[in-house]
Amino acid sequence: MDEFAISAENLVKKFKLRDRWQTAVDGVTFHVRRGETYGLVGPDGAGKTTTTRLLLGLLDRTGGASSVLGFDSMHQHYEVRRRVGYIAQQFVLPADLTVIENMRFFASAQGVSSAEQAKRIPELLSFAGLIDFSSRLAGRLSGGMKKKLALACSLVHAPQVVLLDEPTLGVDPVSRREFWNLLGNLRAERGLTIFFCTPYMDEAERCTQVGLIYGGRIIANDAPARIKGMVAGDLLEITPARFVAAQELVGTLPGVLEVQTYGDKLHLFVDDYARRKSEIEAALSAQGIGHDEARQIEVRMEEAFISLVRRHQADDAEEREARV
Amino acid sequence: MSQPPIVVEGLSKRFGDFVAVDDVSFKVDAGQVFGWLGPNGAGKTTTIRMLLGLIKPSSGRASILGFDPATQTKAMQAHVGYMSQQFTLYNELTARENIRFYGKVYGLSSDELRQRQAEILQMAGLDGRENELTANLSGGWKQRLALGCAIVHRPKVVFLDEPTAGVDPISRRDFWGLIYAMAKKGVTVLVTTHYMDEAELCQQVGFISQGRLIALDTPARIKQARMRGQVLEINSPAPDQVMRVLKEACDNGALPLDEVALYGAQVHVVVPDVEKQQRAIEDVLRAAQVPLASIHLIAPTLEDVFISLVS
Repeated sequence: MDEFAISAENLVKKFKLRDRWQTAVDGVTFHVRRGETYGLVGPDGAGKTTTTRLLLGLLDRTGGASSVLGFDSMHQHYEVRRRVGYIAQQFVLPADLTVIENMRFFASAQGVSSAEQAKRIPELLSFAGLIDFSSRLAGRLSGGMKKKLALACSLVHAPQVVLLDEPTLGVDPVSRREFWNLLGNLRAERGLTIFFCTPYMDEAERCTQVGLIYGGRIIANDAPARIKGMVAGDLLEITPARFVAAQELVGTLPGVLEVQTYGDKLHLFVDDYARRKSEIEAALSAQGIGHDEARQIEVRMEEAFISLVRRHQADDAEEREARV
Repeated sequence: MSQPPIVVEGLSKRFGDFVAVDDVSFKVDAGQVFGWLGPNGAGKTTTIRMLLGLIKPSSGRASILGFDPATQTKAMQAHVGYMSQQFTLYNELTARENIRFYGKVYGLSSDELRQRQAEILQMAGLDGRENELTANLSGGWKQRLALGCAIVHRPKVVFLDEPTAGVDPISRRDFWGLIYAMAKKGVTVLVTTHYMDEAELCQQVGFISQGRLIALDTPARIKQARMRGQVLEINSPAPDQVMRVLKEACDNGALPLDEVALYGAQVHVVVPDVEKQQRAIEDVLRAAQVPLASIHLIAPTLEDVFISLVS
């Protein structure tokens, strides 16, 4: 049996536009083990949704290979869909059906027998905290409850793998936490393999493996802690009084590897925090720029992502120049 | 006049028996970025609608730049900008036409409009794309254009209602750069967001839950003072087992845990008192023969505090 629940090998998708071809997915490779939570993380238009649709066989690939549970995405997509739960980004639950009718609708569409439905639907509804809302119209649920119903519907045929495309978009923090707790429970209790797409870096921290996707390419693929470790240096945070002047100044100082803005604060990657802290503070003061005391903070996925994307952009620019 | 640009005093809104906003008071100083946070249905948008003069409060009052939004709506609106989460742009107009449209709505003269148009296109990084259809712009561009349209008339107070929903991290950072550039010029900004990592960017935040203001302070002080319980991070080669064992211990009352959640390859546990429970957790895991690599206290995020405040 295939050790990987999901595999993509040099996956390519090109779309034909009026006058040219556009490469949406450009040689993507990753592997997801059973029971893992894999996050495909990146900005809008990076190729997350296209990759998901290729995995499911909803789109035909242009090149490379992909499989889910050992079945080829393109040639055995029926086998894939039977074993996989999927929440599309713009999913629509029939608004004029009740919660339980929605469940029955998706169960029937997936060919779940009546006997199985009678057992599984109440289980899933109580798991999702929707049992008291069984007869409420789906259109009258709150945003967070709709997401939970979509999750319950996607699980109605007892899939071994779920693919979730930005499942928490526009959901408030309480509902978002509940949604992730449901997924965590599923992973712990049933060994469910979870693949999801998100533009939110704090959700990337919830993965066992993360693929950072940018411009159709995976620019990093590893455990969250290791991705954060890819960025060199210590991270220093300081709030200057004159922001633009301070931003320009610190970029020229020795030992400052990278400058990121963070609201009214500056985040600086420096080669050695202990050594540079007082140097940076002194340089700002010398220019008459007031500031608070610098402090060292932990690198989060967001800082790492911004840094890796910049590095990638710089490499790309160099490559282009070399070609010219 | 030294009154802050946004003053809210005992503001309430009732719809029949339902109290949507319940005796809310806060102030926002000039040039400050204020985060207005709360779960869906907590009263966030109802508050903003009262501050914009779209609905009248049942009791209490607000003052925006010295105007009463309930009675001096028109006069106030000339100085206030509003950007909703839907980015109310016309998709079939170009970027430039959207700016012109909003400029005319706000009654800008042709000269003013020409100047503002250039400034906004530059601010939004849309120079060179001003003739593209708005429909063809990606999320980050649209968002910056929507902000530009909301501030075409140089408002002194700006309300941003979930302005970054669905926008990628790099565009979000840029957008917050624009927010702070406005604030540095003295514009007062009230912003709502569902993303707590973003709320940390605000200078002051107010949490509203079930209509009531339950916390009002800087993000740092709220994280210090308002978290009920502490967060332990557990590292184990078998996080799924850790999770199962702790949930069971929690359900049968053996361990008093506020929350147990799988967090990537770790398990996060919120406990009322670390001193007492860390040992107990280690004992429970050892008794169940679950391998444990490390267990340590981590700083709560603003999201952890938010969940603990509203639950």
